Order: sequence, then C-alpha cells, then structure tokens
Amino acid sequence: MKILAKEIIADYSGIKIIQLIVEAPEISRKARAGQFVVIMVSEKGERIPLTIVEADAQAGRIKLIFQEAGLTTRVLGARSAGDDLFALLGPLGHPTEISKYGKVILVAGGVGIAEILPVARALKQAGNQVISILGAKNQALLILEKEIKAYSDEFYPVTDDGSSGKKGFTTDKLEELLSQGKYDLIYAVGPIPMMKKVSAISQAAGVKILVSLNALMVDATGMCGCCRVTVGGQVKFSCIDGPDFDGQYVDWEELAKRNQAYNQQEKHICSHFPSAKTP
Amino acid sequence: MKKEPVKTRELDPQVRTGNFQEVVLGYSETEALAEASRCLQCAKPLCVGGCPVNIEIKKFIYYIQRKDYARAYFTIRERNSFASICGRVCPAEYQCRKACVLNKKQQPFASSEAINIHFLERFAGDYGKDNRLAVASEKEEKFSEFKVAVVGSGPAGLCCAGELARKGIKVDIFESLHKLGGVLRYGIPPFRLPAEVLDFEINLLKQLGVNFTPNFLVGKAKSIKELFADGYSCIFLGLGAGVPSFLGIKGENLNNIYSVNEFLTRVNLMSAYKFPEFHTPVNIGKHVLVVGGGNTAMDAARVALRLQKLKGLVPDTTVVYRRTETEMPARRLEIEHAKEEGIKFEFLTQPKEFEGDEQGFVNKLSCLRAKLGEADASGRRRPVILEGSDFSLDCDLCVIAVGLKANQILIKETAELKINQDSDIVVDPETMESSIPGVYAGGDIVGGEGTIIEAMGMAKIAARAIIKKLAPV
Repeated sequence: MKILAKEIIADYSGIKIIQLIVEAPEISRKARAGQFVVIMVSEKGERIPLTIVEADAQAGRIKLIFQEAGLTTRVLGARSAGDDLFALLGPLGHPTEISKYGKVILVAGGVGIAEILPVARALKQAGNQVISILGAKNQALLILEKEIKAYSDEFYPVTDDGSSGKKGFTTDKLEELLSQGKYDLIYAVGPIPMMKKVSAISQAAGVKILVSLNALMVDATGMCGCCRVTVGGQVKFSCIDGPDFDGQYVDWEELAKRNQAYNQQEKHICSHFPSAKTP
Repeated sequence: MKKEPVKTRELDPQVRTGNFQEVVLGYSETEALAEASRCLQCAKPLCVGGCPVNIEIKKFIYYIQRKDYARAYFTIRERNSFASICGRVCPAEYQCRKACVLNKKQQPFASSEAINIHFLERFAGDYGKDNRLAVASEKEEKFSEFKVAVVGSGPAGLCCAGELARKGIKVDIFESLHKLGGVLRYGIPPFRLPAEVLDFEINLLKQLGVNFTPNFLVGKAKSIKELFADGYSCIFLGLGAGVPSFLGIKGENLNNIYSVNEFLTRVNLMSAYKFPEFHTPVNIGKHVLVVGGGNTAMDAARVALRLQKLKGLVPDTTVVYRRTETEMPARRLEIEHAKEEGIKFEFLTQPKEFEGDEQGFVNKLSCLRAKLGEADASGRRRPVILEGSDFSLDCDLCVIAVGLKANQILIKETAELKINQDSDIVVDPETMESSIPGVYAGGDIVGGEGTIIEAMGMAKIAARAIIKKLAPV
C-alpha cells in the first residue's frame, strides 16, 4: 500500500490533478478496465473510490489519478512517494463490458479523462475503432493526451477557452460526429451534466450509451447503499451493480442531488483543516 | 423467602445519551452472587435447551454460586468462544431465559423473574477477560502442516478461526473492511459492545497464531480456486448478511434516507460521531425516523438521538413499526433502554411515501395506520393496513432498518457455489460444508435467526468437520 511515485500532472488556476503509482500486487493482477479501488489515506480518513487507471501486474503496481477537491483528495495530494496508504481495497465493481463493438466514441471530461484511458486501451485491443473526444477547461488540464491518442483512431480535444483543440464542449463534437456517421457504442465518463447530455444525445441518435458513475460510497462492497442510483426505475448500487450503466436509463437528477448530500460537512471540514498536512 | 431479580447498574439516561459509552455496567461480584443464588439448579435444566449452542448454564451458574469464577468461565467457553460478547448482545429473553422455569406467564419473551443468565454470562466472561484466562490450546503436531482460509472476520469467522487455531492449524482470516470484527464492529454501537471487548477476543486469536489480512476482498482480489491453489486445505466462508433491504416506496432515494447499515457504518466503523476529527461525515436531522422493530432499529434510533444531542439539537427520534411493541423482534432490554433515553414510538404504522425539498432532502413521510390481523409464518400477528388512514410524520432524516440479505460478491464470482432462493449458501447442516468440497460456510450467509450465538454455533460445527476432514481418526 506504499505510494511509489507521485506526479502533479496538471496545475492550473487552483485545479490540481495528481497521479500516484501505488504498490498493490494482488489488485494489479486482477484489475480490468472500468474497475476501481477504495482508499483510506489515514486511520481517521474517509473511504473514497478511485478508478484504476493502469495496472502493471508484473511490477505489482497500479496507477491512480485524481483531482484535488475535498479534504480527502487534498490530504492524499499532500502525501509523497514512500508514504503508506492506510487502506487499499480492490479491484471493485464490474469491469467495463469489452467486446468488438465496431466504431466506438469515447467522451471524457475533466479528470474523467483518466478514467477513460483503461477503457480506450481495452476497446482498442479488442479490435474496435476508437474515436476519443476529450474535454477540459483549458489546455493545461487536458491530461493524458498522448496516452489516449495512442489508442485512438480519431482524437478530438476540446477546451472551454479554445487553448487546445476546438473551443466548446465535448457534446458539441459528439453531435457533429453523430450527424456525419454511424457508430456502435458511446462510452462517457466525466461530470454529471456532461454524462447526462451525452446520454440524451446518444439516445436520440439511437446509439448504445454506457456511462461510468461517480456516486458517493462508504464500504463499496454492497453493504451500505450510499451509492444507490435509479436506473430504469430500479434501485441499483453503483459499487456492486456498476459502476457502468446504460446512460439512457440513469436518473441523473437524483444522482446529482445525492452527490451533494454532504456539501455542508465538506465545507466545515475544509475550514477546520485549512492545511492538508494537519489531519 | 422469594429473592428479587438483581438488576444491573446502568449509566443514567440523561448522561449516557451525551456520549457513546457502554450503557450496561454489568454485575459486581455481590450482585452476581445474589442473582446466581436465585437459580434453582433444576434437575432437568430447560435453559440449556433454550441456548442455541447449549451452554451448560446450570453448571456455570453453580460455579458462580461457589465463587469459582474461572470454572464458570471455562464452562461457558466449552460451547461459546465469546462469553463477554454474547453476555452483552445475546437476545437471551428469547432463548435461554425464555426457557427458565421461573417465568410466570406465557409470552413471546422471558418475564423479569427469569434468571438473568446473560448478565451472569457477561460477569463470568469479563472475569475471564480481565484475568486473562486463556483456553488452553490442544495443538497437535499432525495439524501443523495444514492451513485454512477464513473469509470474513465477523462472529462466525472469528469463532471458526479460534477453534482451528487451538488445534494447531494455521489460519488466515481475510476481511474486506479495514477493521476486524464484521457486524460486531460496523453494526453494533460501542454503547452496547465496547471496542475493547471485541479487541480483546481478536487479540487472543492473534496470540493463538491466527493471521489477519484486512482490506482483502475474496472473490475480487482472489477466487476460491486461487485460495486452494495457494495451499489452503479448507476454506470457511463467514461472509455475513450485509446487503440492506429497503422499503421499495416512492422517494426512498432522497438525501438523508439511510440504510441502517450505512448509518451505523458511518458512526461505528468510521467514527462519524467524532467528525471532523474523523473525516467521514454523517448527517443528522431535527426529526429523525427509524423504520423497523429489530435490534438494528433500536441501535440506529439510539445512535441518532445521541447525534442529535451532540449537535445541540432537541432530541426527537421516533421508531416507526408496523406491528406493536409485543411483536418487535428487538431485545426487550434495548426497547427499555430506548424508551428511557427518550426514543418515541409510532406503532401500527406503515410507511407509504417519502417527500422531499427542492435540494432533494427528505422532509416528510406519509404513512398508513395498520391493525393486527392473523398470525403469519413467523408466529407474529400480521399488520393489516387500514385504507384511508393516511397521515404524515415530519422527517428530515430517516433510517431504514427492515432487514438484511446475504452478501453477494463472492457468491456471484463463484458459480459452483450452490445457493437457495434467498441467495444464502446451501450447506449440509451436519458439517456446514457447501456444494464445493472443502468449502464450509456459517453465520448469516447460510440464513437462520441472525444471532451472533447461532453464527458461532455453526462455525463450531464447521470447525469440527474441518478438523475431522484434515485428520480422520
């Protein structure tokens, strides 16, 4: 559970994205695209889920990428190589369903780009034609461009300010592609509004849409139900039934609200620990 | 002269609801002797048959009468590995105490005249714990070459591990959470089972050579097949029933509606009551409802009330149950404790629909009244909904405590494992062996009453079968 390497891969106007290489022999042997781990930074810490971005079974290591947001990610971001994580559990969740679909569009926004990398790799290796649309605020936050490009037949970066690729949103590019060609699958990871819009666009175009949900979790083994989402009118647990679901059936409004359930506490604890080094 | 039952000392309700300290203080020696002296030492003790693992109750009480507390302790330990734990959490009024001849009237649970067997068990158990009385191990050389994997560190897993380790078998326990103890840790609040009591039993196992691997999810990190390939001769599955049931009514996914598992896990396992020192949050409301009538419902209600007090709110926590107090499956003692602490009850109430505000937080529970009808399969009278009896309860936080189902991760990853219609693992009751040879299971994962003592009973049967399998005599 030792952190072997740490790198700040993006740092732009207060937004920091960090990459960790963590020692995890068993997890690295089993991890497949779409799965995640739960970590606790310290004994007093929260349990938070993070996608396994890469797994090196031979070296017994996994790669995790996260954006500093609340206290836990800030505390994690303040750790360095050589530090131990208090707890690391995985691999969790169902792997993404990988098969030869044909032409697949991947849509990723923000730190979701990191989560789409293993899916891009697996889909490419399964013989799919991979079209990647990556979106970020700014060129500095458009992470893993080179890595995802390597698995993409077509690659479209977009940024809010036009500093890299086209100015605009991932969904603009998606609509453009769908109006010009036929596709077999769309896979999206990113902020809820983005996934919601991608799902609506895909549904309208009659293309299957898979999304990787980012619900709040505690144990992440199906015991608490914190991560419950409504999919097609049925209650599902993201941790054991997901994290991938058919995007056209997800109750996005409910998920968005549930992810805000602890905003007040988050504000409170962040002001309680102004420095991430203290807790 | 008729002797009155001896009550245990307890923390004052006003004081204890401001903290998470243990409520029941247990018997002093004088109190234990007084209570033990009420035991008639029946020629045919019915209490023993009332105990799921047939602890020789008459005998251990006899030793307490004789002030031979060590013998009392070892008598219990012959059948029950965790006397201090069971003495605190066993629903004795439905088991041994209900069978006691001193009971006055026929009812679903023991009357107060029945011997307080559980308090005496706790006294003997704590005597053993405080005096470090370890059960002698009977390590045999022939077992030293074997190793057994135990999956899950709840009551069944801990008990099975202890039985095997005492024979000299090498035992590795795999636990998915970061702390050990399973439901004893995440489910039962510290005011009913202090962490130090659980830690003591776990430490004893460590001293016996049992190796614990937390943060390891068998089924995901390793399959059953891979465990066998790693050299384990047998595998015991004490996976537990951790999947929460919900009511299935409208609005149940609104914010601040918790499964009892989530609510208790946040507080007990993650120490959310010490937020922000501990980083996991838990929300609390001004008007808390807890739906259900079992022990976890009582635990959740009492936790909620404590959180309200810690937050400086006026305590307002209500248990909503569709039958009446008599049918509540919770321990009578916990119902009494809840009442003393100011928990309110809405009986004969069936939740119908949650309503919420624009931010998605619950603010109301619409309900229907019920009356009691005929008895159902469980022997309890069934609630019959009264149409048109709609009313609503203020509710800005709700905990759903209406039952748990078997944990599914390992089962779903192990196609050869035979399960029944409830998704519980099917076992041979004589050996607790599953459909996979060498794989045994016990506790809530195979169904049953869901008590700790029953889980331990099954674990003991499995351990005996494993020992027999490894070294046939």
